[in-house]
Amino acid sequence: MKVRAVQYVVLLGVAAIFLGPLYWLISAAVKQPAEIYQWPPVWWPDDFTWGNFKLAWDAAPFDRFFVNSTVITVAGTILKVANAVLTAYAFAYLRFPFKKVLFLLILGAMMVPGHVTLLPNYLTVASLGWINTYAGLIIPGIGSAFATFLMRQHFLTLPGEVTDAAAVDGAGHLRTLWRVVLPMSRPMLVTVVVITAVEEWNNFVWPLIVTNTAEMRTLPVGLLILKDEEGLANWGTIMAGTLLVLAPMLLIFLFAQRYIVGGITQGALKG
Amino acid sequence: MTVVDLPARAHPDEVRQPPGTDERRRRTRREYGLFALLVAPNLLVIAVFAYWPIVYNAWLSLTDWNMIAARPTFVGLDNYVNTLTDPAFHKTLGVTVAFTGLIVAGSLVIGLALAVLFNQPLKGRGLVRTISFAPHILSGAAVATIWLFVFDPGYGLMRALIEPFGAEPPDWMNNSDWALPGLVIVYLWKNVGFTALIYLAGLQGLPKELDEAAAIDGAGTWTRFRAIKLPLLAPISFFLLITTVIGTFQAFDVIAVMTGGGPGDATTTLSWSIYNEGFQAFNAGRAATLSIIMFAILLVVTTIQARVMERRVHYR
Repeated sequence: MKVRAVQYVVLLGVAAIFLGPLYWLISAAVKQPAEIYQWPPVWWPDDFTWGNFKLAWDAAPFDRFFVNSTVITVAGTILKVANAVLTAYAFAYLRFPFKKVLFLLILGAMMVPGHVTLLPNYLTVASLGWINTYAGLIIPGIGSAFATFLMRQHFLTLPGEVTDAAAVDGAGHLRTLWRVVLPMSRPMLVTVVVITAVEEWNNFVWPLIVTNTAEMRTLPVGLLILKDEEGLANWGTIMAGTLLVLAPMLLIFLFAQRYIVGGITQGALKG
Repeated sequence: MTVVDLPARAHPDEVRQPPGTDERRRRTRREYGLFALLVAPNLLVIAVFAYWPIVYNAWLSLTDWNMIAARPTFVGLDNYVNTLTDPAFHKTLGVTVAFTGLIVAGSLVIGLALAVLFNQPLKGRGLVRTISFAPHILSGAAVATIWLFVFDPGYGLMRALIEPFGAEPPDWMNNSDWALPGLVIVYLWKNVGFTALIYLAGLQGLPKELDEAAAIDGAGTWTRFRAIKLPLLAPISFFLLITTVIGTFQAFDVIAVMTGGGPGDATTTLSWSIYNEGFQAFNAGRAATLSIIMFAILLVVTTIQARVMERRVHYR
């Protein structure tokens, strides 16, 4: 029983380590400056305020950041997942010469680390005239190798009778995909959508490079600008801004954590 | 990754023998056309934004270009010679290896320890597991900003943790001895919950019989863990090792927000110096050279992974 007690203490300690910084963030965001800059620290704010959020919102165009992040995440996820699903379907169900080579060519893209492509992609996007545009932010990221691989592997496990029956009923390929194959692949589809959306929302280095005006920045990049503008002397404002960036993801995680945790581990383990 | 090469299933269109060969040829053509239509957009984006950059980098690495002049000047292998003999580059490599090594070791050891803890029959373990995973899906830039405040020597959470032990809190991010360990702490805090979850899935998938048999033979908990569970988890450890190395080599947002490669060059990793040379110093040739070097290093890592995975599949 003594072992159990120790285990519970460790478990509580682990929870504290991961919650501590988040509590520090949230409490500072609603503290008056006087309470932030006080030692020993004020653990529970006496004088709640929403003022920090207003200061952050006024210091940088957070409304634009929100719109941009949302557009990029939604459009980027839809296009990338569509690419994955269509490519995977073609490789699982259609004939084509040199199909194997083509598939290896797609998988090979996983060997190219994203960070290595930054400079050439910047130059390519510049020559397309896409700097500081949604196209420049979204298009370079919609090629899909890993998600294509996951979807194809899943399609090949589906019972052949079902797709055969659909074809006998006269359904074309796209109809079979939409009506039969996709509904049977819902868990894998959720996995792929979750992984993609989280990546798009959190993407930092590409939006940093490819945008150059405040109106086109996304939330994570906007946060860097807020921090640089406020210096490190105004933690209340900066923490409020940080909370604005994190809040949507935290809320989604709270309600859909089962799918997110499941999706990301599934994705990693299947690969 | 294991590519299980299942043959594509024949669509009944192909199985049903069409009446004439003309009809069959038309069907085949239509199928080829549909295939091309479905695959082309993906393949095009991959070609332009994943493969072309390697060729482009290779070319740029042989040139000198400030990205303003009309065209790059060909300089042969100068960039490689200059880079590989530059003490600053050696320092960068050292920092990158230290950063990666600390994070790989930390995340595997702590991740496995957490997984073992989460595998005990404890009330609330599911909740703590979820809490520890949450930082993994949060924006790296935002997590870094939180930790800048946590590390604040005057009013940060760390001061409250360190002072009771009678020690003076360091000025983490402005101190060249503490900045790198500070980044490692942040990176581990963000990602160790993911490692733990993967290890937990591995632990729960282990066959119970071996463990039970060993227990009957009188093997203690630690012996069973070391002699049975740890070796059986080796494939998962290997997978995590490789993916962590690849991820950490490209770590950028946490460094960009917290240190910008500083103080001095104390946290200048290969990934930061690619950004710095390309987008702050506008030295395209140098940035491309560093990119090719990073690509080569990670290619070796992924090739080792592919080899090992292949062998495992063969011996099974």
